[in-house]
Amino acid sequence: MSMHHIRLTVNGVPREADVEARLLLVHFIREDLNLTGTHIGCDTTSCGACTVILNGKPVKSCTVFAVQADGGTLMTVEGLAQNGKLHPIQEGFWEKHGLQCGFCTPGMMMTAYAFLQKNPNPTEDDIRWAISGNLCRCTGYVNIVKAIQYAAEKMRA
Amino acid sequence: MSPEVHGLGHAIKRKEDPRFLQGKGTYVDDIKLPGMLYLDIVRSPYAHAKILSINTEKALKIPGVLAVITGKDLDKYGLAWMPTLMSDRQMVLPIDTVKYQAQEVAAVIATSRYAAADGVAAVEVEYEPLPVVVDPFKALEPGAPKVREDKESNHIWHWEVGDKAATERAFQEADVVVKQDIYIPRIHVASIETCGCVASWDPIEGKLTLWMTTQAPHAIRTVVALVAGHLGLAEHNIRVISPDIGGGFGGKVPVYPGYVLAVAASVLTGKPVKWIEDRSENLQADSFARDYHITAELAAKRDGTLTAVRVKTIADHGYTDAAANPSKFPAGLFHICTGSYDFKNAFVEVDGVYTNKPPGGIAYRCSFRVTEAVFTIERMADLMAHELGMDPAEFRLKNFIRPEQFPYRSALGWEYDSGNYAAALRKAMDMIGYEELRREQAEKRARGELMGIGISSFTEIVGAGPSHTFDILGLKMFDSCEIRIHPTGKAIARFGTKSQGQGHETTYAQIIAEELGIPPEDIRVEEGDTDTAPYGLGTYASRSTPTAGAAGAMAARKIRDKARKIAAHLLEAAEEDLVWERGKFYVRGSPDRAKTIQEIAFAAYTNHPPGMEAGLEAVSYYDPPNLTYPFGSYICVVDIDRGTGQVKVRRFVAVDDCGVRINPMIVEGQIHGGLTMGLAPALMEEIQYDADGNIYGGTFMDYLLPTAVETPKWETGETVTPSPHHPIGAKGVGESATVGAPAAIANAVVDALWHLGVRHIDIPITPPKVWAILKEKGVALEE
Repeated sequence: MSMHHIRLTVNGVPREADVEARLLLVHFIREDLNLTGTHIGCDTTSCGACTVILNGKPVKSCTVFAVQADGGTLMTVEGLAQNGKLHPIQEGFWEKHGLQCGFCTPGMMMTAYAFLQKNPNPTEDDIRWAISGNLCRCTGYVNIVKAIQYAAEKMRA
Repeated sequence: MSPEVHGLGHAIKRKEDPRFLQGKGTYVDDIKLPGMLYLDIVRSPYAHAKILSINTEKALKIPGVLAVITGKDLDKYGLAWMPTLMSDRQMVLPIDTVKYQAQEVAAVIATSRYAAADGVAAVEVEYEPLPVVVDPFKALEPGAPKVREDKESNHIWHWEVGDKAATERAFQEADVVVKQDIYIPRIHVASIETCGCVASWDPIEGKLTLWMTTQAPHAIRTVVALVAGHLGLAEHNIRVISPDIGGGFGGKVPVYPGYVLAVAASVLTGKPVKWIEDRSENLQADSFARDYHITAELAAKRDGTLTAVRVKTIADHGYTDAAANPSKFPAGLFHICTGSYDFKNAFVEVDGVYTNKPPGGIAYRCSFRVTEAVFTIERMADLMAHELGMDPAEFRLKNFIRPEQFPYRSALGWEYDSGNYAAALRKAMDMIGYEELRREQAEKRARGELMGIGISSFTEIVGAGPSHTFDILGLKMFDSCEIRIHPTGKAIARFGTKSQGQGHETTYAQIIAEELGIPPEDIRVEEGDTDTAPYGLGTYASRSTPTAGAAGAMAARKIRDKARKIAAHLLEAAEEDLVWERGKFYVRGSPDRAKTIQEIAFAAYTNHPPGMEAGLEAVSYYDPPNLTYPFGSYICVVDIDRGTGQVKVRRFVAVDDCGVRINPMIVEGQIHGGLTMGLAPALMEEIQYDADGNIYGGTFMDYLLPTAVETPKWETGETVTPSPHHPIGAKGVGESATVGAPAAIANAVVDALWHLGVRHIDIPITPPKVWAILKEKGVALEE
């Protein structure tokens, strides 16, 4: 298996590593970078628990090779809060009880993060379609929608 | 309400959330130990086959692969089989035959996840396929393939309850009888976190530490000690840690072979071993729920009075009875199927059957078989109402157990603690505008549009359970809490349960806050570590608040009793002259002469009364006097697309009565989630097999969970009928909505199609099923 040297910026910090060609980005994030906030919930790109932002776009990191992130900019859930202050999306999820077991939450928030950059003033329907690639088994989504609405309002202000 | 301490009734934000929001939760797969090895599993492509050979030679040549474990290896240590909770046995690894597709065949241990997977791909197994039986009715026929060589037949057990003869008489005397076959399909909980563990055997200390996705860590510790005791693994040397759990719903109650293999591998190698399932392994091999083939009958008088219910069920358990039920109940609490109605006669019989499928019989976010029971009675109640030409709401109101009948002894032996069923249904009808909807439906029907209204007025039975009746492997189903108040008035409380998202760290803190006047933010709640938490039976069957929550209140009250003595000493007053006001004792008539709980806590370590032991702590093992009986009424409105067969849930109103609500925000969140897991099997989820035992739906590409798009905007309401026997009047709520929702949806669909002659559609009610019916009835819209 061929090895490759990759360099990328992760949550604002430059990182580099030697990785196998077949190493999945999610395993690189979790096991090489020890950023375990990004989770794995399936192996078919269905659940979205592993969603991260790569070069400004949300990707399911179980279906991206680490080498594909070479030279890129990566943001994970650990990069949301700044200087000890929660991001409005995190605040929204806390205020509106948008999480229960917490397992889908990082991926859900990263999807919401990318979505609100594109659509800062979404309708409820927009939000539901935007998170339709992220599965949650606990909340029934109602409070996740409210959390994203909370964040949208706060980010617009 | 207690504004100063945020006890009962306060929707405070959850204490556990900051770590989850910042990616700092600790789930099992986040645990990484020095020198840790990885275990991966070779699985059978056949549903029934003889293993002719297992060749590990190529696998062992792969860099990083250290060992391959087979059933024959385990058999040398008496570990190839393990007992199930229902006195059956289950293979860890097969010695000679496999019994279901995706069954574990061998385990590969390697230095990395990827090397372990490479090893799995390189293990060569030669099989000789054997005849397969996946249909439980066929499994009972003479000459059917025998699933288990060690058993007489494919029939596992027969269980019955109720008065058969009296029920038969009631049916003979009935004016109206309805009968329906109902299949409640096999489904999978599919928590977003799969199962896994890290087993770490310390050969010097002789101690095993097992981080594990389990809902019942203490019971697991005892099971490990019982199963591996002959190998020298004693219970004081086993520490089970259930860290943050990414959803459980019943799927993390059983002991799966992977856990046992990881322990064996750690003992074998002397190193920590991690095993984490893939989603496809989780969906194909972990225990399943439901799979009940039911024939139900109701008898009634012409005026609509229900007189009898009779239910016969074939329960498909797969190749072993590994159901997670209390020991005395092979069909769980299925005999709650008299529901919310005042039946004088009832009879239920269930037969368990083996088939070539993975084990069934676990919960899917419901107390033991309660969804099956509720779906049956609520579907049948609707059928009877329609048959009689009565409005389904009016029919229910006529037959409900009345508030003054509680505590109510059901015909099948349960004692319902409290209820006001009519109040919940009337509230739901008001909220949704029932009369108006019926008018709208009539107008639409006249225009040929298909709209249905479905009701489900469920009664649950949760909080197992009283020790006289409820045990698992002999362990009585109490639960526990230990509280320690520190000198500065802060506290730590540990419980025998384990949250998987239910918010115990907040809810339990609020119970203690209510009882002691210490604010929730000053109380640390811990669960899941068997070395520190008191023994308990764990979290499932909506039992945490009814049992451990009660233990929390009782332990707090013990602390308050001691605090009173300390306060009397400090205030130089008689104990009986002290008045407790949340958070302090004061002398009757002199409110200024007071000591706060924080001052008392300090004195407990610095100035306690002579003759009294220092400290302020208590433990309670709470044995509930009865189960609790949450209830509610749900009303669902559906529109059916005549062009596609798609059922759209337009509105869904859920009125729940779970007794006293501790944190209303968390309660509502539980209901939202439960409703979604009720919608899922009603419209989408089913695990099916072909005749050869090949699974359909073994990945998320095929097994469809509801997304935010399919899930309606739930509308919730409440009534509050406290449980009379629970210390704070709470009943439990995590599963009510999963139990109650499917029947409301199915009833709504049948209601929309009743005038066309449709009487029943088995769930999941998918577009192809509905489309076929629309075509058959000549109402499908086709270009």
